[in-house]
Amino acid sequence: MLVFVILAVALIASAIGVVSAKNPVHSVVALLANFAALAVLYLTLSGEFLAMIQIIVYSGAILILFVFVIALLGAGTSVGDLGPNRLGKVLTPTVIVGALALVVLGYALLHAQNPSGGGMLGAATVLPGLANQIPAVTITPGTEGAFGSIADFGRALFTTYLLPFELTAFVLLIAVIGVVVLAGGGAPERRKAAEREPIAKPERRMEPTR
Amino acid sequence: MIPLQMSVDPNLYVALSAVMFFIGVLGVVLRRNPLITLMSIELMWNAANLSFMAYSRAWLNNAGHIFTFLVITVAAAEAAIGLAIVVILFRPHQQSNVDDVVLLKG
Repeated sequence: MLVFVILAVALIASAIGVVSAKNPVHSVVALLANFAALAVLYLTLSGEFLAMIQIIVYSGAILILFVFVIALLGAGTSVGDLGPNRLGKVLTPTVIVGALALVVLGYALLHAQNPSGGGMLGAATVLPGLANQIPAVTITPGTEGAFGSIADFGRALFTTYLLPFELTAFVLLIAVIGVVVLAGGGAPERRKAAEREPIAKPERRMEPTR
Repeated sequence: MIPLQMSVDPNLYVALSAVMFFIGVLGVVLRRNPLITLMSIELMWNAANLSFMAYSRAWLNNAGHIFTFLVITVAAAEAAIGLAIVVILFRPHQQSNVDDVVLLKG
């Protein structure tokens, strides 16, 4: 329980840091802390393989992508400002959509059903104490085929969930094509137009960013 | 090896995930910096993943693990495309407000 509280505080604090940081670089650092805390939370949920995947893919690949783009756009330029206060403009649609989402979520929680047999496990039966209904299983990490281990995960991924897995490969293919089309230089005349309008003045690049 | 028992109520994990999702929504709605918007979207992906993992553990059913994995993959694809769009949008004009991008407005 103590571990959970510490991780929850770290998670929420770093999430607020991501949203409220003035400088995008600070946001990235907060997001890194967030992902690390999340990985440890996955460990407490005995998702040992996904905790590693979280660290490797999120912190290692996606965050580095963010850092690259920040470096490309030039940290310290106008990228980091908060902009005008938009709360008044977006308040009504946000409240409507939020209420709608809350209704759907509440319905789902009230009707959640344990897929692997057993009784209802939604919030309706649960709010007094879900912990009573949790199967009292002791999971020993590292044992062969335990819940959350790579063997367990891989067997499910390549048998029951083979189709979603293959669809994911397709999604990644589309992403690669999309990125090449978007950022891969484009048609020759477009490239020429880009040369006529220089991206940034050269002397600006020389300034140290503060 | 320390055996892992679920001593924390899964509802707390789901509540934590809801709070994180809400912070992500706030980031998308209130911030106009495209990079921070994308990072807030990552926060929301991860909030969804957290509740997947919590229910997966509570029910001892690894479907949640599979879908967390798939969400991570899709999030990687989304980040790649989103950042490519950010780069081509904001490199030539040095602007940083999503509301200023009105190229497709009729």
